[in-house]
Amino acid sequence: MFETIAFYLFAALTIGMFTITVMTSQALYALTAMAAGMIFISAFFFMLGADFLGVIQIIVYTGAVMALYAFGMMFFDTTRNIVEKRENPRIIFLLGVIAATLVVFIMISPIISSNLETHYPIDAAVGNSQAIGLILFTKFLVPFEVAAVMLLVAMIAGIVLAGKKMDKSLTLMAEEEIALMSATKPNQDSEEGAH
Amino acid sequence: MEITLAHYLVLSSALFAIGLIGVMRRKNLLMLFFATEILLNATNIAFAAIAHFHNDLTGQMFAFFVIAIAASEVAVGLGLLIVWYKRTGKIDLDIMTSMRG
Repeated sequence: MFETIAFYLFAALTIGMFTITVMTSQALYALTAMAAGMIFISAFFFMLGADFLGVIQIIVYTGAVMALYAFGMMFFDTTRNIVEKRENPRIIFLLGVIAATLVVFIMISPIISSNLETHYPIDAAVGNSQAIGLILFTKFLVPFEVAAVMLLVAMIAGIVLAGKKMDKSLTLMAEEEIALMSATKPNQDSEEGAH
Repeated sequence: MEITLAHYLVLSSALFAIGLIGVMRRKNLLMLFFATEILLNATNIAFAAIAHFHNDLTGQMFAFFVIAIAASEVAVGLGLLIVWYKRTGKIDLDIMTSMRG
């Protein structure tokens, strides 16, 4: 009974938050609704007995990913409304409904659900975090290391891409210097291209 | 009434559909990234639900790797987005027609 109430409550909250994220024209509303939706999703993980996954969801998604988006939005002008050109909103909703029914049919099809077998059963005597650690560092060690390398590559790529011209602080420069820098920038680019 | 696997899968499908509508509807690239995050979260719910109801930890492991991929996607995507914004001053999908597609 309690689980049923919790499920419907958090389902309504999550769907509402993500609908705001998708439909709003304000970037800050979208960001905060997204962060709230992420936290509500972690409630499902706790209900499903995946405690470690729920904690990771809060720490990584709400703590790291959303903070990264917030830092990224400092670069963009987010105070004004986002103007988006829309062609045929009906087609989009029609396609969304078709996709949703397709996904439901795929999920409930008996071909898939009856052919599932258990590879790594959940042991009730061992806690969730301990069981995940045991399987992650024995059966899934190679994917884990590959994921670590992928995160390292992503980190270096992020630094290289976003860190260009970070040594010049626009807030500490005079207005003339900024105008000079932006005026000479195209010439520099063309010179670099010539070399 | 008991909550079954079908409840969680229907919820996951609904969230996935919301994310798909966002991907098709948005023209601002930052908002497009938000919609892809919704898609990844919807699949994570399905993974965790199947792991719980089939008494198997593999679904949770896949959810972890999905989270790792989402984190690296955000890092690289935001880096590219900042470079594009410094160059053009806009993050609109409609002006990205340098390949004449």
